[in-house]
Amino acid sequence: MARQPRLLSGSIGAGKRTKSARKAGRREEEHMTEKHRKMLIRILVTFVLFVVLMVMDHSGRFSWIGEFPGGFILYLAPYLLIGYDIIWKAARNIRNGQVFDENFLMMVATFAAFGVGEYSEALAVMLFYQVGELFQSYAVNRSRKSISDMMDICPEYANIEENGELRQVDPDDVEPGNLIVIKAGERIPLDGVVVEGESMIDTAALTGESVPRRAAAGDEVISGCVNGSGTLKVKVTKGFEDSTVARILELVENASSKKAKLENFITRFARYYTPVVTIAAAVLAVIPPLILGGGWADWIQRACIFLVISCPCALVISVPLGFFGGIGAASRIGVLVKGSNFLEAVAEMTTIVFDKTGTLTKGEFRVTEVIPADVGELADEDDWDSRKLNEADAAGESGQTPFFGKAGETAIANEDGTQLAAGESARQELLRLAAFAEGYSTHPIAKSIQEAYGKPLELNRVSDVEELAGHGIRAQVDGSAVLAGNGKLMEQMGIAYQECQRGGTVVYVARDGRFAGTIVISDTIKDGAREAIRDMKQVGVKQCIMLTGDRKEAAQEVARELGLDQVHAELLPGDKVEQVEALLNAQPPKERLAFVGDGINDAPVLTRADIGIAMGTMGSDAAIEAADVVLMDDDVRKIAAIVRISRKTLRIVKQNIVFALGVKALVLLLGAFGMANMWEAVFADVGVSVIAILNSMRALKSK
Amino acid sequence: MKKKFKMENLDCANCAAKMENAIKKIPGVNDASVSFMMQKLTIDADDSRFDAIMDEVAAACARVDEDCRILR
Repeated sequence: MARQPRLLSGSIGAGKRTKSARKAGRREEEHMTEKHRKMLIRILVTFVLFVVLMVMDHSGRFSWIGEFPGGFILYLAPYLLIGYDIIWKAARNIRNGQVFDENFLMMVATFAAFGVGEYSEALAVMLFYQVGELFQSYAVNRSRKSISDMMDICPEYANIEENGELRQVDPDDVEPGNLIVIKAGERIPLDGVVVEGESMIDTAALTGESVPRRAAAGDEVISGCVNGSGTLKVKVTKGFEDSTVARILELVENASSKKAKLENFITRFARYYTPVVTIAAAVLAVIPPLILGGGWADWIQRACIFLVISCPCALVISVPLGFFGGIGAASRIGVLVKGSNFLEAVAEMTTIVFDKTGTLTKGEFRVTEVIPADVGELADEDDWDSRKLNEADAAGESGQTPFFGKAGETAIANEDGTQLAAGESARQELLRLAAFAEGYSTHPIAKSIQEAYGKPLELNRVSDVEELAGHGIRAQVDGSAVLAGNGKLMEQMGIAYQECQRGGTVVYVARDGRFAGTIVISDTIKDGAREAIRDMKQVGVKQCIMLTGDRKEAAQEVARELGLDQVHAELLPGDKVEQVEALLNAQPPKERLAFVGDGINDAPVLTRADIGIAMGTMGSDAAIEAADVVLMDDDVRKIAAIVRISRKTLRIVKQNIVFALGVKALVLLLGAFGMANMWEAVFADVGVSVIAILNSMRALKSK
Repeated sequence: MKKKFKMENLDCANCAAKMENAIKKIPGVNDASVSFMMQKLTIDADDSRFDAIMDEVAAACARVDEDCRILR
């Protein structure tokens, strides 16, 4: 592993979750609150009274009382029981200048029903309004709970070792440098480095990755993960506020404040909807009876229907709830979406631009080809295409490869054994020479050669090692003078060598003044990168483009391997922004462009693209901050999954909008012509809300 | 300065939207967002008068729904 996960460390906004807020967060939200319980009792009592009244009314037992005032009072008592808080709130809000709030509308509607002598209807409307409200509140609480459960990565405590004894403290009170102990099964409270112990760590809550990761002394561990079987002693590297957990929670919580276009549309719509419907109700109550003469009761009843329907709650709740669910579903598979607006944009994504190193390739170096000199000479150009290219790919971006001077050139290659078996021993010999010559070096290139050689190095056979900065290495191996380095080294030493035209970093090896062969070291393509591209095409991404600072040959090899549509190679960081801007300008207005990068030099491009997608583990802090979507486990395959989740979320949200508006419009229309009753109006209000909320909950279950 | 506050008894989504609008209109508030789902207020307001602004914010919220409180 070349790089340790450095997930979200560094500076992303201020993680100012106060201790008390966090604790409150832990306690809160059983689905059924005390308030709910009280309301439920009120509803049940009222319901029983209502049934009794209805039965007695219909069986004629009230005939002796008379409609008014006897009947009125009989119905008014349960009405007040169920609706007193509504009336109280309505009165209070009028005092505060909030005329069109739903309490007020319900009050007017039911009062009017009383006024026209529909006592039982007035009571029923209030009763079912309250039932709907209760259910709505319960459903919202539940969904809030299920989302926060999923994001339940917040550690409760940390074990600090003091005088040989363990003490549980609040993670907030632990400071960087402190030693904490994480027992088996406990959640890792703070980011740190393992000092003692060994364990498997379950990162599923953060990355959605189900295979546990091994951690031993020296490895970094990330807060929020769950420790498996062993006990770990960890030296804390970051305070709680800067820890991964605090940052992730921060990101997710902020996500709901970045609103989607649809959400904003609904909020704006709601602002006009209520007054318009209310005014329509007033007009309906007054004008027709004046023109047509008489029938006040009937028209007032129709107006009441309008008032009941005038609350935009179904929309105002279900749209953000849907997006919230979508973001929750995404975080469950290890993808952080930083706002509803980005989820919306992902659904419209048609172009995706990749950075190469760290995104499509691992950024790890591996020997991909070993070409002994004489075998190399045998290989002819025609043979090239028929050979299956190894998962080869060039070294890192030009700007980020610190490998002094061994910049690659050439080699004629073969590692796949299409060549003679005799070549095998020659290759081993070449690798052995290079591995011994580089035996003392800890350079990534040297390491990859040593790894490829795979046998223990008896370093006593190596002597007189000399590093030639910018060129390579000179050493005595088993008595022969071995050179390993780039073309410049060969030229300098006057050795005739064969230039290698392959992508990657190329090391030429010479023994005793004679060219011995070439070793090509490449970055490897990530597991699943090909699948990722295929999946993206499947979900409707039209163009997959790769940008890289790397050499053309290397870039094209990767592009061919992965099935990309376009490659732009040899770009400077600034060129990437220009390329993306050009693509953005050429893009039709309803389509979106995403840029996927691991960060180094990428932050400006991530910001510029419609959707910036960053790697959570490998990515730089700046990239994660600039990005809109973070892939916690760096798995590019998740991009297609996110597209699916976002499309489903948007579908659900749109269904809700159409359904809610449709039902409301229908009942309004029927109501205006006197064909709807209060019951239907109540359904169009709270019933629709509840159905829309239940529908929104599906977004959470997206896969 | 950007700060976050938990809100209590924020019972209706429409109220949250109304509060958000009202808060945004308060002078000194650069941006505000009331999240019904998270029961949370995120506000970006002038540093120098932050406390005074928060008083106004609390008043604005109370006008929409008196039961709703901002925990600060």
